[in-house]
Amino acid sequence: MLGQSTGARLFSAFNAVFLIALSLLCIAPLVHIAAVSLSSSSAVTAGWVKFWPVDFTLDSYRFVMTRGEIWSSMWVTLQRVALGGGLNLLLTILIAYPLSKESATFRSRTGYAWFFFFTMLFSGGLIPWYMVIRQLELLDSIWALVLPAGVPVFNVVLMLNFFRQLPKELEEAAFMDGAGHWTTLWKIYLPAALPALATVSLFAVVWHWNSWFDGLILMNRPEHYPLQSYLQTVIMQRDMTFIQHLSRAELAIVSDRTIKSAQILIATLPIVFVYPFLQRFFVKGIVLGSVKG
Amino acid sequence: MIKSRALSRNLPLHLMILPGLLLVLIFSYVPILGTYIAFQKFIPAKGFFGDQAWIGWDNFRYVLDLPGIFQVLWNTVFIAVMKMVAGIVVPLTVALLLNELRKQAIKRSVQTLIYLPHFLSWIILGGVLVDLLSPSSGLVNQALGAFGIKPIFFLGSNDWFPYTMVISDVWKEFGFATIVYLAALTGIDPQQYEAAIIDGASRWKQTWHVTLPGMRMIIVLMVVLSLGNVLNAGFDQIVNLYSAQVYASGDIIDTLVYRLGLQQAQYGVATAVGLFKSVVSFLFISVAYYAAYKLADYRIF
Repeated sequence: MLGQSTGARLFSAFNAVFLIALSLLCIAPLVHIAAVSLSSSSAVTAGWVKFWPVDFTLDSYRFVMTRGEIWSSMWVTLQRVALGGGLNLLLTILIAYPLSKESATFRSRTGYAWFFFFTMLFSGGLIPWYMVIRQLELLDSIWALVLPAGVPVFNVVLMLNFFRQLPKELEEAAFMDGAGHWTTLWKIYLPAALPALATVSLFAVVWHWNSWFDGLILMNRPEHYPLQSYLQTVIMQRDMTFIQHLSRAELAIVSDRTIKSAQILIATLPIVFVYPFLQRFFVKGIVLGSVKG
Repeated sequence: MIKSRALSRNLPLHLMILPGLLLVLIFSYVPILGTYIAFQKFIPAKGFFGDQAWIGWDNFRYVLDLPGIFQVLWNTVFIAVMKMVAGIVVPLTVALLLNELRKQAIKRSVQTLIYLPHFLSWIILGGVLVDLLSPSSGLVNQALGAFGIKPIFFLGSNDWFPYTMVISDVWKEFGFATIVYLAALTGIDPQQYEAAIIDGASRWKQTWHVTLPGMRMIIVLMVVLSLGNVLNAGFDQIVNLYSAQVYASGDIIDTLVYRLGLQQAQYGVATAVGLFKSVVSFLFISVAYYAAYKLADYRIF
């Protein structure tokens, strides 16, 4: 740039280096885990593995993939992401549209808005929530992971604020043409709200993908666990009993550390592949949905 | 006549809300009513509507007599407040630095990488941390060892545990939190910068006199809204990373509720602790939103 002082240029260079280093530091732990998962356990135990695989092997992945739990839990997760994410998106739209109307035209708006908003301020806590689900006999059913979390109020707020940014003329023109609320929502609002839709979909899908606590306490049988709950039992509770069945030769290649690392990577990869493509949308969606003029 | 026409015109709006309303009623409001079991000697097998014994405030008294209960309260507030402060200062600073980057490609790549941890669960990040911070084989202690520093028990020592929680929480969330600040930065009128440059203001002076005042509102807003988290020290993170040896510094209200309630089946007692947390949090959040409304003219909907 013209007329920039040496000091300013020096700052720019340092700033760029600092931020690049910071961002690399953020993912360095994950790169290390990836390297561990792709290395032989003897190399890992010897402390040779830093950020690149040593003694490259896919055996840890093979070991994880040949065990049934990861597949059955993955299947439960896919079900909850599809059912739960779908329900979240549907209800977010259906609640946000009416709440985005002016109180003058939709008088119950304020009452409804407070009804939903209040649940962000006050909750009954863990035990009564658990008891309600138990009383409804939803324990051990996929619906226990879908229905209680059906309305993501934060996403509703994001969506309704986005709807409110849309020009009023759009809606008025639709009404003039004789369209009702359903048509207006479907034909006018939704096509205009794609960034917000992408944002709330991403949030809902990631939320369902990542949830583990509800699966752990609402499912009594391990075969009903979603992926993250299953991983919680093997990674965090250090339930590594299956390792005892390994022979000596196998233990030189895989160990609980390389296996855990492989499991971590398997659960991380879908997110790594999906979210950068949605980044443009969710940044726009959050900005327009939360920070107002 | 007019009224009925308004009703029929708005009927679809009511219908749209109905399904979500029912779900929230069942899964949010019924549990709120259900907190009455805090005042019962609750026997789970008999269920919500069973014949339970009412015992007044006994569950609350029992909790107050638990050894270390005030330590739990202190741990909660200590960790939560440190996270609140770090959760504002770090993203704000990084957003300011990102804003100074001229090369859009670098900016975009940095953003992609620092947003990533936000999208991973504490199971994943917890697993990563346990491996990384292990005193015997972890990469961090290996690196420290190269400088002659003895292994540090980041997750097993009461001196380190709370700070490990705060720093790893910053790692997960700071990148994503920069989004709102970056948005506010783009909203500052470029003419103000031009005027400052004509006045001969340096980059630093521009930041101080144009950028920060331009972001005053969003900063106030984020500070105020974070107040509601004063009792949220981060259940998902801590329950996965703590162990009995660090209860003294790492046990928080939420983990106590979990152990009392679902592991020891003392439902009434756990509900009492949860109710206490809900009421205190409610007071903080209400004051916070009222302050945000007054100070920053913020309305959530």
